[in-house]
Amino acid sequence: MSILNILKVAMRSLNRNKLRSFLTMLGIIIGVGAVIAMMAVGYGAQTRIQDQIATLGTNVLMIFPGSSNQGGVRGGMGSSSSLTTDDLAAIKEQCTAVQMASPAIRTGGQIVYGDNNWASTIMGGTAEYFPIRNWPLSSGQYFTEADVRGATKVCVLGQTVVDNLFRGGECIGAVIRIKKLPFKVVGVLAMKGQSAQGTDQDDIIIAPFTTVQKKVMGQTHLNTVLVSAVSDDAMGEAQAQITELLRVRHKLQAWEDNDFTVRSQTEIANAAESTTQVLTILLASIASISLLVGGIGIMNIMLVSVTERTREIGIRMSIGARGRDILFQFLIEAVVLSVLGGTIGVITGVTASKLISALAGWPTMVSATSVAMAFVFSAAVGIFFGFYPARKAAMLNPIDALRYE
Amino acid sequence: MADTPLITARHLHKTYSMGDVEVHALRSVSLDIHRTEFVAIMGASGSGKSTFMNILGCLDVPTKGEYLLDGVDVGKLDKNMLARIRNEKIGFVFQGFNLLSRTTALENVELPMFYNNLSNKERTERAMEALRIVGLADRHHHMPNQLSGGQQQRVAIARSLVNQPSIILADEPTGNLDSRTSVEVMEIFQDLNDRGITILLVTHEADIAEYTKRNVIFKDGKVRTDIMVEKRRSATEILKTLPAIGDDAGEEEAA
Ligand SMILES: Nc1ncnc2c1ncn2[C@@H]1O[C@H](COP(=O)(O)OP(=O)(O)OP(=O)(O)O)[C@@H](O)[C@H]1O
Ligand SMILES: [Mg+2]
Repeated sequence: MSILNILKVAMRSLNRNKLRSFLTMLGIIIGVGAVIAMMAVGYGAQTRIQDQIATLGTNVLMIFPGSSNQGGVRGGMGSSSSLTTDDLAAIKEQCTAVQMASPAIRTGGQIVYGDNNWASTIMGGTAEYFPIRNWPLSSGQYFTEADVRGATKVCVLGQTVVDNLFRGGECIGAVIRIKKLPFKVVGVLAMKGQSAQGTDQDDIIIAPFTTVQKKVMGQTHLNTVLVSAVSDDAMGEAQAQITELLRVRHKLQAWEDNDFTVRSQTEIANAAESTTQVLTILLASIASISLLVGGIGIMNIMLVSVTERTREIGIRMSIGARGRDILFQFLIEAVVLSVLGGTIGVITGVTASKLISALAGWPTMVSATSVAMAFVFSAAVGIFFGFYPARKAAMLNPIDALRYE
Repeated sequence: MADTPLITARHLHKTYSMGDVEVHALRSVSLDIHRTEFVAIMGASGSGKSTFMNILGCLDVPTKGEYLLDGVDVGKLDKNMLARIRNEKIGFVFQGFNLLSRTTALENVELPMFYNNLSNKERTERAMEALRIVGLADRHHHMPNQLSGGQQQRVAIARSLVNQPSIILADEPTGNLDSRTSVEVMEIFQDLNDRGITILLVTHEADIAEYTKRNVIFKDGKVRTDIMVEKRRSATEILKTLPAIGDDAGEEEAA
């Protein structure tokens, strides 16, 4: 029997039991759909991280207090208080491969101007924060090193904050309240748009870190220091110099781990990527379980179908069907079930990831590989779980099958 | 070759063991059937007629004995070869029709040709031709449940002859049919036999056996009587004397 004819027979017999076929496929549909959607989210996240490296610049290093592990990000990173203002000064002074350095102290707070209220991110840095992040002004000016030394209450606003607080009014020179404290607006930053994570980069207020430390947060240590190397090639050297300097400054013995972390954007991206990988493995196991369950469902229904159609098998054998004709007929039926389930699953998964993008605002991306894998796996499930019932049918004795009531 | 019988059965035995009871369905049946013969097998219920037919049809294998079909020792063939013989050399007609349900008459007739890789076009042409021979060309798109018993049996006969078999084996083909429809089916068989097809059928009814050329009577798993029919009845003639009831008349043109 030609493949085309077997396919026709299979489609027809599945068509006869529409609901049953659909319910049988459901396991595969859910499994494949979930995996496609999750892979799309994961793949989207990965691309985002890669974008981020591009926007932040390839010569930027980040220093966090607290140690880190290779491959993973430890919870403690950034939360301990081992990084100080003196460390920052020493880095700038002694590390020859370092061009600029600025703290990046991040906090959140309510900002008020007149009747307008807006919750935003408050970032504390030095005047070098702007060139490190390569962030020009659209109007006004940056705050100065003198402002940083004097911990004056001045700030530079992102465009989103301006839009929400001033609604078109003049803002340079205005006094806004950040966590009830008055700050004078000296400049407005050029629009950066959405970050790779999908957050609004312009929803930010940047003030001298001294002011943010003392007046807003009441802390003395630094959560993050951004450093730019003199060139892309000097990244490794800068990292080595900083590490050596900080180990000496923190009086670490040779056997002690670093109590700080120096990372390039690429390393952070790699760490995030390895997290994504763990997620992918997790997903793959969920997928295989649901495919397994789906496969068992197919096997179950195929066994029922073989029993129900014993007489049909007998008739076909009596007019010349060989064992392998019967085997292929049932095997192909199982594969059609599973691949059809896989196809519907792919459609469901793509739809779901579009919905996730639309509703949660996460960028998603359905990769061709995940779609191809979905088909390969669902076909494999069909073959694997369809084989036993099909063989059972093929092994039937013609006369017994014909006599079957 | 002309002298070798189409079918040679030598001392066929079939024993079913049901737990500790052994049922001897066939006890040494020997029979030769030549080309273009038209044989009726008769005998009491349980005398082993169906068992014999199933063995001849390569659906079942004898416990003991030899069966040659067209000079080939069937006992030495594997499953796939047996399937091929069923497909190419044998047409089986069952008492219960055994058509695939929810499948049109045409597709049912086409079915044997799916297993010998004919082109779609030739398959349909040959199936239509077979349906024409049994007088059902106009019903080719009907499902079995839209056909009368007689019509279903005619579809089954069309299916059995579509691969131009050496022999048609029919186990009580008229068992489920009324007397007039039975005669109509016999008319088709006589017509096919006149075209040179060898036919072997099982029947309980003596008058049905009179349409054939030779009667073999089974008793307790053995051949008891084997006689030639002297005054063979013509179904076409008989049909003219029967009142037309129920079934659609109109296939009088049997050659
Ligand atoms: N599968 C089987 N298992 C056990 N015994 C069987 C089986 N098939 C047939 N028999 C026995 O073999 C004997 C012959 O059966 P068979 O069906 O050949 O008779 P038959 O002549 O066709 O009868 P009928 O005219 O009623 O159809 C019977 O005694 C029957 O009970
Ligand atoms: Mg019988």
